[in-house]
Amino acid sequence: MDEYLQWLDSLPKASGALKAIQLRGRESLKRLGLPNQAIEEWRLSDIAHLKKIIQYPYVKELNQIFDEENPIKSLVDNKIQIIIDSQDIHKESINLPKGIRHLNQSELEQSLGHSIEKCSFMDNWTVAMNHAATMEVLGLKVEGKNLPLIEIVIPSQRDSFIPTRVIIFVEENAELELTQIIQGSQNSVHSHVIEVHLGQEAKVNHGLLAFGEMNSSLMANIAIEQNARSNYSLTTVQEGWLFSRLEPRVVQIEGQAHTNIKGLQISKGKDQIATHSLVRFDGPEGTLDQLQKAAAADHSHCIFNGSIEVPRIAQKTNANQLSRNLLLSSNARIDTKPELEIVADDVRCAHGATVSQLEEEQIFYLRSRGIEDDQAAALIFKGYCQEILNCLPQNKDKTQIMQKLLRGMRK
Amino acid sequence: MIRQDAKVILDIVDLHARVEDQTILNGVNLKVRAGEIHAVMGRNGSGKSTLSKIIAGHPAYDVTSGTIYFQGENLLAMEPEERARVGIFLGFQYPIEIPGVSNLEFLRVSTNARRTQLGLEELDTFEFEDLVNERIKLVQMDPIFLNRSVNEGFSGGEKKRNEILQMALLEPIVAILDETDSGLDIDALRIVSSGVNQLAKPNTATILITHYQRLLNEITPDYVHVMNAGRIIRTGGKKLALELEKSGYEWLDAEPGNQGGLNHG
Repeated sequence: MDEYLQWLDSLPKASGALKAIQLRGRESLKRLGLPNQAIEEWRLSDIAHLKKIIQYPYVKELNQIFDEENPIKSLVDNKIQIIIDSQDIHKESINLPKGIRHLNQSELEQSLGHSIEKCSFMDNWTVAMNHAATMEVLGLKVEGKNLPLIEIVIPSQRDSFIPTRVIIFVEENAELELTQIIQGSQNSVHSHVIEVHLGQEAKVNHGLLAFGEMNSSLMANIAIEQNARSNYSLTTVQEGWLFSRLEPRVVQIEGQAHTNIKGLQISKGKDQIATHSLVRFDGPEGTLDQLQKAAAADHSHCIFNGSIEVPRIAQKTNANQLSRNLLLSSNARIDTKPELEIVADDVRCAHGATVSQLEEEQIFYLRSRGIEDDQAAALIFKGYCQEILNCLPQNKDKTQIMQKLLRGMRK
Repeated sequence: MIRQDAKVILDIVDLHARVEDQTILNGVNLKVRAGEIHAVMGRNGSGKSTLSKIIAGHPAYDVTSGTIYFQGENLLAMEPEERARVGIFLGFQYPIEIPGVSNLEFLRVSTNARRTQLGLEELDTFEFEDLVNERIKLVQMDPIFLNRSVNEGFSGGEKKRNEILQMALLEPIVAILDETDSGLDIDALRIVSSGVNQLAKPNTATILITHYQRLLNEITPDYVHVMNAGRIIRTGGKKLALELEKSGYEWLDAEPGNQGGLNHG
């Protein structure tokens, strides 16, 4: 605990536009203390690793230059790339197209934290950590359709704690294609929070590619607020982190919206990769289609916790959740838990979870056609991942992503 | 086509095998010469499918004694993929679905594995597409199935056509077709059979595993073998299949001890 308080004290003095939020975040962290396994949502987490995380110093400016070809080549020219490599976001250097602009100060004050609150993230430890340390926020307003894709890149630096925060306000009827890339490096710790607000009939296709490196850690919260008749699709890929905890939460504030969530988490070595999702319908006739896939190799651990809340007001909700898991080693571990809280009576909610190994019959079939054992396993594994990668916004070289997913598999 | 002077390409000698603790093959002897078509018939559970899987190298089965020679080499010492590359092909009774793996890519990787073995250059995507578009005509398969995942969402008939397409691409020396006729309507049966007939060459051999005479109306076997309790108990010509069609397998129970193993070789 002393180390925890020391780390809190080591953060720069609260200042700037986010000063009040920083102070609140620090207060929350003091009040909440370091998470422990007695808290249900941290029950399976590697708490010892959290204690290590808080040893890394906060950095204001990353001195690494992001190389666009690494990690993932972009396949579209028509995109706006924003690299967040500093706590000072130089708005003037970001050249936004017509239809997308920076939120002004009063808009920012009005909207910042709104989706976080709606998504019940106020007492969330990883959000508090982000609040405590983030000095500036990237805020965008999207007002048009057929816009270039927005690509937000968050690079890293070894042995450092890197907090970043983004808010995107998507107006009524507007449409956005958004890709986020979070890169880890040795012993880096990323804390990321993004809020996206979708106005009525807005449409957002959101991809998050999170690739770690040796001993890197990621804690990311995604807070989504959907108005009626909006359509939100999220596709996440987590790989390469020693510790990764992704918490996407979506609230359909009036129901009558569509949410589509696809996730892929790959763990190897001693990685622990977790997804804790929550979707809440605060109005009727909302729909959800969710597929979470995990593959755990070596001594690694994958966790999925999928909550769906359907209060009385959310009649005629139609929600589907499926968790499919691949256990690639007898020493690996997979925990998957759907949590459905349904109060409304006229709803359709389906959920399922499977855990299996690579099918021997599939491997034999490929081998019987002259394909080596390892190559057969890799092909089947690729097939398993492909279903999720196909849902990413269409700007990334999927072959390159696949190569990343395959690294270190089937040694 | 029987030619006694033709080379023996597959020679199964006193093969015994089991899965877990259950004995499934109990002394199978079978010689297959170049140019021949053999049919293996028998009741469910007589060991026909097991025999085909053991030839292909399925890891679930233990060969407890006996040998299989393929062109003079010990086939049992080879991994399943090596067997495929040297020219053994098993057409599956129930072709396996592999979600997310493109059928076209799968066909190309396997074709190139066989080509490398034959000392031929690997085909790139474009060259392979030319080849596959030519071979697909043989089984009259809709090219749309090339862009799907391997066998996923294929009807029973499409799966079998896809098997024969693989055979056409891999050009095996010995093709074992395990109940290729099951699940096929009469038109599909004719198309698949015609494909198999066109692929049969003087230097190759085909082993058909089937329950029914109707396949043998389309593909004329040189030999018909009857399996029972893990061994071949009778061997004859096409007539034997007609007799089986008429009288069923009940006569097997009357055979004293099924000592037979009357093998043409």
